[in-house]
Amino acid sequence: MTAPKTLYDKIWDAHVAHEQEDGTCLLYIDRHLVHEVTSPQAFEGLRMAGRKVRAPEKTIAVPDHNVPTTLDRVSGVIANEESRIQVEALDKNAKEFGVNYYPVSDVRQGIVHIVGPEQGWTLPGMTVVCGDSHTATHGAFGALAHGIGTSEVEHVLATQTLIQKKSKNMKVEITGKLRPGVTAKDITLAVIGETGTAGGTGYVIEYCGEAIRDLSMEGRMTVCNMAIEGGARAGLIAPDETTFEYVKGRPHAPKGAQFEAALAWWKTLYTDEGAHFDKVVTLKGEEIEPVVTWGTSPEDVLPISAVVPDPESFKGGKVEAAKRAIEYMGLKAGQKLTDIEIDTVFIGSCTNGRIEDLRAAAEILKGKKIKDGVRAMVVPGSGLVRAQAEEEGLADIFQEAGFEWRLAGCSMCLAMNPDQLAEGERCASTSNRNFEGRQGYKGRTHLVSPAMAAAAALTGKLTDVRELI
Amino acid sequence: MDKFGKLHGIAAPMPLVNIDTDMIIPKVFLKTIKRSGLGVNLFDEMRYDRQGNEIPDFVLNKPQYRDAQILVAGDNFGCGSSREHAPWAIADFGIKCVISTSFADIFYNNCFKNGILPIVMPQDVVDVLMADAEKGSNARMTVDLENQVVTTSEGQEFPFEVDAFKKHCLLEGLDDIGLTMANVEDIDAYEAKMSQERPWI
Repeated sequence: MTAPKTLYDKIWDAHVAHEQEDGTCLLYIDRHLVHEVTSPQAFEGLRMAGRKVRAPEKTIAVPDHNVPTTLDRVSGVIANEESRIQVEALDKNAKEFGVNYYPVSDVRQGIVHIVGPEQGWTLPGMTVVCGDSHTATHGAFGALAHGIGTSEVEHVLATQTLIQKKSKNMKVEITGKLRPGVTAKDITLAVIGETGTAGGTGYVIEYCGEAIRDLSMEGRMTVCNMAIEGGARAGLIAPDETTFEYVKGRPHAPKGAQFEAALAWWKTLYTDEGAHFDKVVTLKGEEIEPVVTWGTSPEDVLPISAVVPDPESFKGGKVEAAKRAIEYMGLKAGQKLTDIEIDTVFIGSCTNGRIEDLRAAAEILKGKKIKDGVRAMVVPGSGLVRAQAEEEGLADIFQEAGFEWRLAGCSMCLAMNPDQLAEGERCASTSNRNFEGRQGYKGRTHLVSPAMAAAAALTGKLTDVRELI
Repeated sequence: MDKFGKLHGIAAPMPLVNIDTDMIIPKVFLKTIKRSGLGVNLFDEMRYDRQGNEIPDFVLNKPQYRDAQILVAGDNFGCGSSREHAPWAIADFGIKCVISTSFADIFYNNCFKNGILPIVMPQDVVDVLMADAEKGSNARMTVDLENQVVTTSEGQEFPFEVDAFKKHCLLEGLDDIGLTMANVEDIDAYEAKMSQERPWI
């Protein structure tokens, strides 16, 4: 009998194409997602060396980081010249190398990590990579998914493999039920608050427990999306009926007898009883509150009921970092988080740009108006999410409340397109990073769930959403 | 890629923890379709004001650190995005080695693809190296990858660990794709097997 394996062990073992004596492996890659920012140098490298894309049918490209999200983009011209050149380079490379492509003009275009699952490219047990750290999102399907650099993008394009050594196994268990107003975003932020942004370094995390099982695929994607913010190479959730139900019938999911064969294999993808984890973290679902970040690292997380911390309460290098963060954020130690006034609200990103996220925000906003002077925008994660939200009447709720209703893209999550914070502006954002300058030079970001973002839009301050439900 | 030789140079201290990739190279510089020329924008928002003037207090603007080849940094260096523009900018500036208590995973891997050696050391050793770096340009550190030793300006030696294969590739300046192509038969065989076992992929 073989030793019990974790889910990660099983997926890893199923993808080793070659192993050196020292344990360095060539890991076969089932799906390679590509966007316009981290790929031009890789395609250029192939061209210079006279190489082809080894498996164009397993390569999926979509422009997302640079694309404008305003309605006038349908005219097809991107005003910023550098952005336009990057998107045009992807157009050209996708055509020249024959990879699957969703151009800006395609209704299915959107954030690569939303398009992949939506189109059924992401399936349980796969290896998925992309030149983007939030590739961790796809781990929600029980796929081993992680970000890579551009040199590795070129390597995968040329060889369909990655040179890898195995990470260690970490288990993050969320027991029990979540309380009302608490969402997947609060889970994932609370975990990072517990472990720190380097707590997962060297590990692949498997999220498990009742609170994780109870999540929809959208919620699971939110949780895994931010595994990278905890430092982990990847986050995983074992596939189950929720997963199979989501996958079935998607354009690129297997059909008929192939689906049955795939399902039989997918059902073997779980951590065996007694398998070894090198690190275990457990949180009680019922103890997680709606959370918000106060600083400039995703680990700067506190329940909304808390106050801005005293930097001296930290240890080591974190004391200086906390002082710097509080100054950058324009806050004072001891200030109540619910007293922090915001002027911008951003709902979107690969973390929270899916239909369920928009439903959660709309639920809070229904029949209400946002606070005067607040700039609020919703950027759906894909053209199809946008279409569905319009069909469900969510777009009307957002617009009647005073939100801008945009086209799909990464938008203000990293502000490579015109959607940016001005100097000193403060944003309640459903994105994933609150780094200095992330949403615009000297912009200030508070990471929250979609429901919390909606609540902040209504009151003009960081707000405990539980008071509004 | 150039071979990584024995390094003897100035080390710049950056004790801040969680220096992220947005700090290393802000997103406005990700719009390039080239790998080169990013050194001038390394740490851009910390290094220049809005008018493009140097901020004198920033370590790499100080006369003694302008030619630094080594960076001694706080914990969790390079966290955040997968942008290889971060190591491209570091390498283009002329820095060939970064020493910290930990690195973010993707950044760590990206360094090796660009001739940069990231060295993980325990906190007490980083403290000693940070203090040595604080001494400025008269204090030169030595990084000997072959023998896996960092030597301070005062001759204190600290051994470090590095993956044997990554070390070999760095020392020899090897191209990853070329190396992998030597095993292309195994990739072919894997694909053939999977087309039977998991044809839906």
